[in-house]
Amino acid sequence: MKVLLSWLKEFAPELEAAAGGSSGSAGRGAVATSSGDSPARASAVGEKLADQLSDLGLSVEELTHLGAAFKDITVAQVLNLRSHPNADRIQLVDVADGSGQPRQVCCGAFNMSVGDLVPLASDGSVVAGGMEIKRRKIRGEWSEGMLCSPTELELPGSDDGILILPQGTPLGADLRESLNLQDDILFDLEVNPNRPDAMSVAGVARDLAARLKVPFAIPEPKISEPRIHSGGPAPSSDLTQSGAGGPPPVEIILHEPEFCGHFTVRMLVEVTPGISPPWLTRRLLALGMRPVNPLVDISNFVMLELGQPTHAFDFDLIPTAPDGHKILAVRMARKSEQLKTLDGTERTLRPADGVIVDCNDTALSLAGVMGGASTEISDSTKTALVEAAWWDPMTISRTSRRHGLRSEASARFERGVDPEIAELALLRFAELAEKIGVAQLAPGLTKTQGLLPTRERVTVRVDRVNDMLGLELDAEEIAGWLEPMGFENAADSPAATASSTASGSTATALAISIPTWRLDCETEIDIIEEVARAYGYSRIPKVVPLFDQIGGLSARQKLRHKVADFLVGLGLSEVISLPFLAPGDLEISGEDSDPALRISNPLVMEESVLRTTLRPGMLKIVAYNQARRQFGVRIFELGHVFSKPQPQPEGAADAKADLPVETEYLAVLLADAEAKEAVKIWLKLCLSLGISDSAVQHSSQSGLHPTRSGALLANTGKYKPGHLGSVGEIDPEILSQLDMEPPIAWLELDLGRLLDIVQSQPQRGYQAPTRFPSSDVDLSFLVSADIPADDVRNALLAAGGANLAAIELFDIFPGFKLVDGKQVWGDRARSLAFRLRFEAQDRTLTAAEVAELRQACITAAESLSEPDKGLNVELREG
Amino acid sequence: MNEPTPEQSKSAQFTSAQPTLEALRLELAELTQAAEHEFNSAISSPQLQQAKTKHLGKSSRLAAIRGGIGSLDKQMRREVGQLCNAASHTIEVALETRQAELLKLERSTQLEAESVDLTEVLGEISVGHFHIITQTRRALEDVFCGMGYQVAEGPEIETEWHNFGALNFPQGHPARDMYDTLYVDWGKPMSTLLRTHTSPVQVRTMTSQPPPIAVVAPGRCFRRDTADATHMPVFHQIEGLLIDRDISLGHLAGTIEAFTSAFFGEGFTSRLRPSYFPFTEPSAEFDIQRPDGSWLELGGSGMVHPNVLEACGIDPQEWSGFAFGFGIDRLAMIRYGVDDLRDLWTGDMRFLKQF
Repeated sequence: MKVLLSWLKEFAPELEAAAGGSSGSAGRGAVATSSGDSPARASAVGEKLADQLSDLGLSVEELTHLGAAFKDITVAQVLNLRSHPNADRIQLVDVADGSGQPRQVCCGAFNMSVGDLVPLASDGSVVAGGMEIKRRKIRGEWSEGMLCSPTELELPGSDDGILILPQGTPLGADLRESLNLQDDILFDLEVNPNRPDAMSVAGVARDLAARLKVPFAIPEPKISEPRIHSGGPAPSSDLTQSGAGGPPPVEIILHEPEFCGHFTVRMLVEVTPGISPPWLTRRLLALGMRPVNPLVDISNFVMLELGQPTHAFDFDLIPTAPDGHKILAVRMARKSEQLKTLDGTERTLRPADGVIVDCNDTALSLAGVMGGASTEISDSTKTALVEAAWWDPMTISRTSRRHGLRSEASARFERGVDPEIAELALLRFAELAEKIGVAQLAPGLTKTQGLLPTRERVTVRVDRVNDMLGLELDAEEIAGWLEPMGFENAADSPAATASSTASGSTATALAISIPTWRLDCETEIDIIEEVARAYGYSRIPKVVPLFDQIGGLSARQKLRHKVADFLVGLGLSEVISLPFLAPGDLEISGEDSDPALRISNPLVMEESVLRTTLRPGMLKIVAYNQARRQFGVRIFELGHVFSKPQPQPEGAADAKADLPVETEYLAVLLADAEAKEAVKIWLKLCLSLGISDSAVQHSSQSGLHPTRSGALLANTGKYKPGHLGSVGEIDPEILSQLDMEPPIAWLELDLGRLLDIVQSQPQRGYQAPTRFPSSDVDLSFLVSADIPADDVRNALLAAGGANLAAIELFDIFPGFKLVDGKQVWGDRARSLAFRLRFEAQDRTLTAAEVAELRQACITAAESLSEPDKGLNVELREG
Repeated sequence: MNEPTPEQSKSAQFTSAQPTLEALRLELAELTQAAEHEFNSAISSPQLQQAKTKHLGKSSRLAAIRGGIGSLDKQMRREVGQLCNAASHTIEVALETRQAELLKLERSTQLEAESVDLTEVLGEISVGHFHIITQTRRALEDVFCGMGYQVAEGPEIETEWHNFGALNFPQGHPARDMYDTLYVDWGKPMSTLLRTHTSPVQVRTMTSQPPPIAVVAPGRCFRRDTADATHMPVFHQIEGLLIDRDISLGHLAGTIEAFTSAFFGEGFTSRLRPSYFPFTEPSAEFDIQRPDGSWLELGGSGMVHPNVLEACGIDPQEWSGFAFGFGIDRLAMIRYGVDDLRDLWTGDMRFLKQF
């Protein structure tokens, strides 16, 4: 919503003075540049009012200083038009500027005639855009200035020719004064959905006046005696306000009283075509509306001013019933009913849309949203029926959204128009029509009532106000803030009188009646907000609340931080990828897409599937980097993945699963790295979290290299393999499809489960380091490829028992072959060398004890052999 | 060279049948001089070792002279013995001196050979980086934890009740349309959605624990939006909620102010401006004023609406509270001077490693 300071002042004349400015015509001689966007250039008054508006909840998005667009332009009269001797496209114009001395001006426009009044920029004048006009020769002829087009003056109008001013404009006068273009300030306000009143200039003025404690009033429209309507049938009854003539000769029928709170019409007669005057179009343009024709412009002007949208029908185009009656009826649309709206669009309606229909039950207008084409005002309109109605906000909101028609009218109806303003708005309409000279008001008015929201007094407790706001106001002060905004405190309310003394200031509650322009207010808290607004949020003392709680992260949140800290410490960088996938993304990544959830209303199909794994998103990041020659990325992500729950057994309650499965995953990706690097990160991560028995079990994982992948194990026994996560290399086939370079090491796990394991670990005891020396034993085994090194390690650990303090696989020699007649198991066997450290808490182990332990370890490892299956483990001698 | 070589001295000895004391003294002086010279000429330990054998060894001239002492008369024996000892001592001192010199020289040669160019570091020197959203989120958590808040979390897929219904958005209310909601194809149509704000965490917190409550809820939110420099369909918010007895709008203003100076620093202040949200009333936008006087619109806030408290089973006559929330991504952009929101999501290492 935009408002002009000059317009606000028509409702609250003392606004500017109260804001600390003079009300005289400031800015004479202001620098001539185009409308300043910078608030810094706006006047101090503008700034002060903007601060007040923002503090009232009408946030000023932009403050524009108008009227400084041009300087020293005067009104001149065309005396003579002559052709330029040296140019075809320029003519010589002799003008009188009131000085008595005719001036010759070269002009490129030809739209004026002798006698026309035109704007003259003479030597030293400045036009819009800041250009200063100089006396100069054009093609050998002197030009003593320039005649101006509307654009050169930042005035509405065609740019094809010179602005022709109304006859009677005083010659030689300053154009700004003669057009009443005083300096002005335009405020662009952000109006919240709960402020129906602020969708009008008057409403904004009311709020400001209340804040600044200056008078506010909506002027009474001044209209000459209404003319008798001559075109239609004679008025049937005498219900007019003015007492002369009858109501408009049209019957109003409300089939939907809840949708249409009231339907009020008046007639305008003697309608003549014309153009709206600059003072009117200038305001419309300033507030962002395009001038169309006088009646439409007046309708918009009234809507902007008072917040009541009106609609003018061409009365003669409203079909007449055989009995000579005209009918306007309000009903809900029929399924697939058609209507051509003012914008020329043929629309298919639905039963949730409200329509205004004629005597033939044909839709004329989409109620509250847009008029129909069939009864549109045109140059041939002789009589207009102007309607001002109240429509149900929710219905209008849905209709305007459904049809993509967010009009200025619908924006007001969906907030809730003041149901009491219609008659005033119609009078104002008539006043403006008469002033412009395009129509006269006919006597009589028809107001047909539907159902309006009931308004009840609201009890507002003084304590509650103060408790909610942190203030110490008494009843009188509260009422003092509310009343200027139209919230009246009923003096005779039981709550107010019950405990009040004579002064009333110790009353514990107020009984507030809500003004008709605040349909959003219904409850005590709504009124409390109004008190806060009027008092000023910025004046409320700031107090830091004290409460009994130690702040901090939970143990689990700290663990999550620790995981991320650990990974960053390893040199990995954190990434965040979008959780949306395109259909097929999961399949390309080798993942089943059946469990994936879909978005019902995706903006684009590329973002229509929710990820079940972090893999596709992170692979995209690697591809993005590879395409920019960023290789060897080492990244991780912590993010949620989503899936449908596993199918429940028959009869299991579905109600419990009111949400699908959402899990926090951790994924690590190492480009140009092999699977074992990811395994190492997994094992280290577990150690850092205090899990000592983590491991990897070979098994082909979806999307990963079939023989270089495995399931994660931790706290074995409690969690089944595969449950926790997977590790390995991305399947090279997938990478080649994505045009990416293998190998890429991958680790992905269910972080929630991992943290569950961490948190279920018993508190670990402390073992003092032994004071006795230890002995190291190196054992090297030939091991079949199909026996995991971990199996050998576990066998050694078991055999070494409590005395085995440490074990380390320190050498791997692959592809071991036959040596000196020793048995060979094939090229895929390898030598695994372990270093074992033996020690005891209470003594130095003897050589014999160490030898015995060594032998036990060898026996245990070799017993992994299953020769019939081709599985062998054998000590490598020497 | 005018000194006699050892050979010359030796031959002199052999030719002299009857050595005199004076001749011996002279010879020993020559021997000493020759040894010193040869030691000092040695440039390696083996060379010095050779010279040592020659001048102090069993077959040295000194040893020969010493060996001849026994055949001398008593008086001469003592004199010659003393002369030999003195010469031997001088030679040994010379040897030790040179030995120490050579050791030092050799060590320095070896150290020289061991020298390494410490600037020859292979590969890119890199460390891991936290995403700036995480850095900002953690910084915010730190401030609020310091102010006594705990951190609450909730799911990203929500029921419409948690996201809207409990937050005083009536079914079919146009205010729901302001949120450009993405619905998940799950359960009844439009019953399940990707949360549009972190406020459902308020609801989950209030329905799962009795007041007093003081939590902040950072998290990921979603909206049906096309990605551009300032919009993403996924974004992050942090939400604060305080429910206690006698909590007022003044407490909200005080909390925002305390947060502002703790997070942004000295000289930053805040203000509340009236606004509208269905789930708070009175509602307020809050702005931060930088020390240069310029304003930054940061987020929304307000007193928790009585309808919300009631929906969550809390008596609004007994308890009151405030809530506030703002975007983490935008704060991160401001903090680090990033001007395109999309840069946060590409995973471009050239971007990530700057922070």
